[in-house]
Amino acid sequence: MMSATVTGKPEEPIVATKNYLTEEGITLRSWLLTRDHKRIAILYTLSLTFFFFVGGAAATLIRLNLVTPSGIFTPDIYNRLFTLHGIVMVWFFLIPSIPNTMGNFLIPLMIGAKDLAFPRLNLLSWYLYVGAGLLALFAIVIGGVDTGWTFYTPFSSLYSNGYVVLALAAVFAVGFSSILTGLNFIVTTHRMRAPGMTWYRLPVFVWSNYATSIIMVLATPVLAITLLLVAVERLLRVGIFDPALGGDPLLFQHLFWFYSHPAVYIMILPGFGVISEIVPCFARKPLFGYKFVVWSSIAISVIGFFVWAHHMFVAGISLYAGLVFSLLSYVIAVPSAIKVFNWTATLHKGWISFDAPMLYALGFIGLFTIGGLTGLFVANLAFDVHVTDSYFVVAHFHYIMVGGMVSAYFGGLHYWWPKVTGRLYPEWWARIAALLIFFGFNLTFFPQFILGYLGMERRYYAYPPEFQAWNIFSSAGASVLAVGYALPFFYLGWSLFRGKRAGANPWAATGLEWQTPSPPPTHNFDRTPTVTRPPYQYRPEPEPQDV
Amino acid sequence: MSDSAPIPQPVPGPEPQYATADQQAEAASFGMWVFLATEVLFFGGMLLAYTWLRTTYPEGVAEAGHHTKIVIGSVNTLVLLTSSLTMAWAVDAAKLGRRTVLTRLLIATALLGLLFLGLKGYEYHGEWTDHLVPGLNFHQDGPHTRTIELFYFLYFLLTGIHGIHITIGIGLIAVMAARARRGAFSAGYYTPVEVTGLYWHFVDIVWIFLYPLIYLVGRSGP
Repeated sequence: MMSATVTGKPEEPIVATKNYLTEEGITLRSWLLTRDHKRIAILYTLSLTFFFFVGGAAATLIRLNLVTPSGIFTPDIYNRLFTLHGIVMVWFFLIPSIPNTMGNFLIPLMIGAKDLAFPRLNLLSWYLYVGAGLLALFAIVIGGVDTGWTFYTPFSSLYSNGYVVLALAAVFAVGFSSILTGLNFIVTTHRMRAPGMTWYRLPVFVWSNYATSIIMVLATPVLAITLLLVAVERLLRVGIFDPALGGDPLLFQHLFWFYSHPAVYIMILPGFGVISEIVPCFARKPLFGYKFVVWSSIAISVIGFFVWAHHMFVAGISLYAGLVFSLLSYVIAVPSAIKVFNWTATLHKGWISFDAPMLYALGFIGLFTIGGLTGLFVANLAFDVHVTDSYFVVAHFHYIMVGGMVSAYFGGLHYWWPKVTGRLYPEWWARIAALLIFFGFNLTFFPQFILGYLGMERRYYAYPPEFQAWNIFSSAGASVLAVGYALPFFYLGWSLFRGKRAGANPWAATGLEWQTPSPPPTHNFDRTPTVTRPPYQYRPEPEPQDV
Repeated sequence: MSDSAPIPQPVPGPEPQYATADQQAEAASFGMWVFLATEVLFFGGMLLAYTWLRTTYPEGVAEAGHHTKIVIGSVNTLVLLTSSLTMAWAVDAAKLGRRTVLTRLLIATALLGLLFLGLKGYEYHGEWTDHLVPGLNFHQDGPHTRTIELFYFLYFLLTGIHGIHITIGIGLIAVMAARARRGAFSAGYYTPVEVTGLYWHFVDIVWIFLYPLIYLVGRSGP
């Protein structure tokens, strides 16, 4: 009987014909109609990569425009570009990224289940995602939506062009995809755990995705109805949000941020999960304060619902509301800080090896800490009045979203790549890419803190000439970052065909997912595993045995 | 076919991802509960907009309330509550394996749902002739015109989306009735009926919130 043993099993010979990639056949039909969570995860990864490069291309053009103070594109084109960048990156990359790819692939494996609870729903969710993504691209590129990703009223309901309704429909649909995924994860985590897999034996990755799913399920419907209200208001000319028709744009902001602030935690919580898997493995130590890490995730998912109005400090809410939301926004920093302390304590006196996943994880901890600390700055009511809608805010949330979330995504991609594909990637190239990304990221976004503090407004296509030097730094960093993000595309692709065979457990990790062959068979385990130990039972061990 | 004794039916095995049929049944009903939680929040956004309207413009909302068709609304409440009763009986019949009773009760539930939709349509027609449909033919006089328009905007949105839910529910129940007639359910396998029942009761509960908000609150004042 299998169990979560301390070290991996001795390597079994790879049987290339008996895994999820080959068992159902390799026809297009077998992929497009699959119900296997692992195959659906692959479908998500491919489509997410596509949207990541689309959003990244838009970002590159934005940075190109800002090299000169007068701008290169027309204001109209520039508005469309940052709308494209925002909508694609937020709705079609960041929110689905880790849950739909790694979550889909790993949650059943980590809890010892054969699949998610509702495989057909899972496939439906992917089709919704892809359909919505293509619809959004169509609306933005052909129709030229220029509202920004937030669709603020009355601009979106009154002035912007008619394709806004299509873009709203796309976000509405991708919201349903998100709800279905969250529902599937919650039910799976509750009902599908293997014998012995108690709640406190769940890997933190599963807990993080569980907390994320709670937010997805409870917040997304509010977004859906808000977007529906905007669409109906546009079509029927009845005012809910439009002051000219008797409505109130503040109501839109309340409803929108009631979803969209928790959505920030949809984007970052799964990243916490990935880091909590990588750090213990490459420090060869149990995760410090497991229960604190777990419950801080749940705390974030709850408190996340009480901080939305910190996006509205200068929008016209009362001073008292501002004070309350400022205080609550400080409170949510506590559980995030708990995690950082726990990772640091795990690293303390660890037997650290600087493999690529660990480099990404360490980068994550540093960048997320900067993003989190500047989050305290902008949670401060008085300071926020100074930097609202400036590049300071842009830098702050990019440190969380890109420095944090995207680093975690790449870290997870490298960490579980051998499990997913059965192949190892070239370690040297992976480390170079991780360092390039870290360096390029800081060069891109640190100058933006300074720019914002000096008063450069976001979303303007032109700026006063005295800001040019910092903007050139930032754009130069963006090109380094672009190379860093493009590199894995090549060496990971190369490893698919030429990489070394990975074996079941190349990192000598303890999770249940490493106890089955790489790539796993269709129903994950030959026999349902029984779990007898808590996770992260690492011992110092310099040589991963399967490499 | 006699209905006095449960008819033994083969219980289908669980789908491949489940270990046991029990696990599958628990997952299905738990999934529906989670889905219903999303629905609460889905209606929550509109109810928040309604609350905002009511606290910002109380007189206008009171006046708008007087234009609602309270008789139709009340009869519809009765119809929907009755349908929840027949649905609850249907789930019981399914648990007892009584195929014919189950089929009939499901058909009765679906018919009551259709009756609700018919009455709702008649009510919408009345609002059309009273010029109360925002964006299409709204025309009212007096100081609170805009508030009344907003009230009816939310009214149509809330009842419209509720109506869509009812329509989906009728579809689900019809499928269940057809399956029950073929003998797909037994005392050992009735999860789909139970889950459909949960959904139907939820739709009923939404109406129980809408009825006082739309029809009663505006009439409580002078």
